Amino acid sequence: MNPDFTQTMILTFQVAGITTIILLVLGIPLSYWLAYTSNRAKAVVETLVSMPLVLPPTVLGFYLLVFFSPVNPVGGWLDSWFNLRLVFSFEGVIVGSVLFSLPFMIHPLQSGFGAIPANLREAAATLGISRVKTLFTILLPNMKPGILAGCVLSFAHTVGEFGVVLMVGGNIPGVTRMASIAIYDRVEALDYATAHQYAFVLFAITFAILLLVYMVNRRFARMELA
Amino acid sequence: MIEVNVSKRLHTAEGPMDLVFNGIIEQGEFITLFGPSGAGKTTLLRMVAGLTTPDAGTIVVNGQTWFDSTSRINLSPRRRSIGMVFQDYALFPNLTVAENIGLALPREKRGVIAGELLEVAGLQELAGRKPDKLSGGQRQRVALARALALKPAILLLDEPLSALDLQMRLKLQDELLRLHQRYQPTTLLVSHDLSEVFRLSRRVFVLDRGEVTRSGSPTEVFSQSNISNKFRFNGEVVHIKASGIVYIVHVLVGQDVVQVIASKREMANLKVGKRVLIASKAFNPLIMPLDE
Repeated sequence: MNPDFTQTMILTFQVAGITTIILLVLGIPLSYWLAYTSNRAKAVVETLVSMPLVLPPTVLGFYLLVFFSPVNPVGGWLDSWFNLRLVFSFEGVIVGSVLFSLPFMIHPLQSGFGAIPANLREAAATLGISRVKTLFTILLPNMKPGILAGCVLSFAHTVGEFGVVLMVGGNIPGVTRMASIAIYDRVEALDYATAHQYAFVLFAITFAILLLVYMVNRRFARMELA
Repeated sequence: MIEVNVSKRLHTAEGPMDLVFNGIIEQGEFITLFGPSGAGKTTLLRMVAGLTTPDAGTIVVNGQTWFDSTSRINLSPRRRSIGMVFQDYALFPNLTVAENIGLALPREKRGVIAGELLEVAGLQELAGRKPDKLSGGQRQRVALARALALKPAILLLDEPLSALDLQMRLKLQDELLRLHQRYQPTTLLVSHDLSEVFRLSRRVFVLDRGEVTRSGSPTEVFSQSNISNKFRFNGEVVHIKASGIVYIVHVLVGQDVVQVIASKREMANLKVGKRVLIASKAFNPLIMPLDE
């Protein structure tokens, strides 16, 4: 097998895996807050979280590029203090992917939290069980389908991401070249055979992942009915 | 001793309603809050639990202030010593019966206390089951055992038996009495079932549209006149049959149906479903409707 192809596929799944883990860690507190708060800022935060659903990826990519460029104060500060450059780098692709896939993690988690009967949280409170313990022993175990959906959608969406990655990361083999970009690159070079290889693998994997989710969720639903 | 003096404006389907309650509950007492749905019973219970915040007033439990609107004290439910049984039990579906009961307990005491409660509530066989594999009555027992686990200063029961059939209800009323005798928790029960009020509580507050209209012992509160009786039962009219110039009224008392003769005059206030008091004054039985 073509070493470029293998490298690109491994990179793609690395980015998707890391992005999903970061999103899960960030997503649980954020969606918890969104699900239960009555704060007025909620509408604003919800809007920001959902923006990537409608915003052209190139818009987000463009702003990230400008924002994290070493000539910009923020980018310069990150560069000089942490030696972290978020443009045309692996880390930059991760940051861009996290922001861009945010709604795909937050929405399933938020509806998962929302679907848990309020009196389970109230019962935990009357028993003096702390919020953190309630989250881990009662809330999260009762919203497994939501967690699974959030992870899988984020993963699949990151695998298929194109615009943000191209803008922020460019097309550096082994660093920022993800499968979807490789397809574009190969088609431009009229190398249809390799493009097809990438395209078919993405198609098959995405199909398999989504099929798995639907099957697992059906089992969850049946378990709840039983 | 628990002193509750609270008020809150509620927005109901029939417009705003002011819920006002002032009462003192002694240690170990079993109190019921009785009234039609929408009277504010559950809200009152939730205010004691800290799940709903009163507009004004104080809640003082054994000398500790749980709520005081003037000094802005409002203990969170987590810091109030309460045990609550919700109308639909609110058992944690992912945990077993034993885990539900033991979750709030410190690890080192979990085994002993949960074990004792499982035994007292007759749940040993079911310790490893999840709530979805239990019957309604079994779920109710788990919820009660869970609420008692922390030995709360006050036990709050929100219509805990309303979802069960009559036979199970009677059985669990006995069980509730037994548990109350054993652990002596100060108990506040919300109910709209009159037989439950009579069987379980010594004192009842009748709530109507947010106000306490009557309070006292169940018999004082629900029978109009104080007659000196040899014996008396409360029941429900299940069937009325005309027989010549009199009527035969079938009354469900506990699980037995009793037949009582009533005159046409007495029949004026009676109909099937009416709650009645049957009393015998020397030799002549009396039958009269109860106020609700």
